[in-house]
Amino acid sequence: MLLLGASGGFALLRRRARRARERADLYFEDGSMVSLDERSPEAMRLLPLGRDLLHAVRD
Amino acid sequence: MDAEQALAELTELSTQVESAVVFDGAGKVIASTLADEVRSREVARIALELAEAAARARPSLPEEQSLVQVEVAMRAGSAFLVRHEGRLIAATTSPEPTVGLVFYDLRTCLRTIAEAGEAEGAGRKPKPKPARKRAPAKRNKTTPEADAPS
Repeated sequence: MLLLGASGGFALLRRRARRARERADLYFEDGSMVSLDERSPEAMRLLPLGRDLLHAVRD
Repeated sequence: MDAEQALAELTELSTQVESAVVFDGAGKVIASTLADEVRSREVARIALELAEAAARARPSLPEEQSLVQVEVAMRAGSAFLVRHEGRLIAATTSPEPTVGLVFYDLRTCLRTIAEAGEAEGAGRKPKPKPARKRAPAKRNKTTPEADAPS
């Protein structure tokens, strides 16, 4: 029972951590999709632009 | 329906979309939910920069397979970008939106604008409206032969 609860809690924590991560998803005409994690060099170029976009709208 | 109306419909239907700007490939704003014109232009400029940076992120892809949609998911919210027939729409949402729905609504908005021939900002001539169909002539008398199924 204890093991079951611990593994459930761990899965929940992992899910929340993954959700909290920033990313950029690119969708192409051929139906393919690339998900760039916040640690990837490509995402490091895209995320600041995304933040700029949010600031431009909200500030 | 013009671009402004299409955007108004978008924000009415899609409660997740906070703001949206429609613009052409040169960054000229066609319609915006933002009241401030300068801010709308700034959003279009950043979104174009984002589109270019995103296209460069996958250089191995053949040129004809171009980038059509982008979502940048951040803790503070998401930024969306959709391209359709020379026009683009940039939108922002609160954190963790229903991505598929937002993309669907943005694509529908751009398609509505394209169908309406709203091309002022794109520098193209509007599509000619199809000729109006004449109302069918009224029948004075109905004959049993005419009504009978063939």
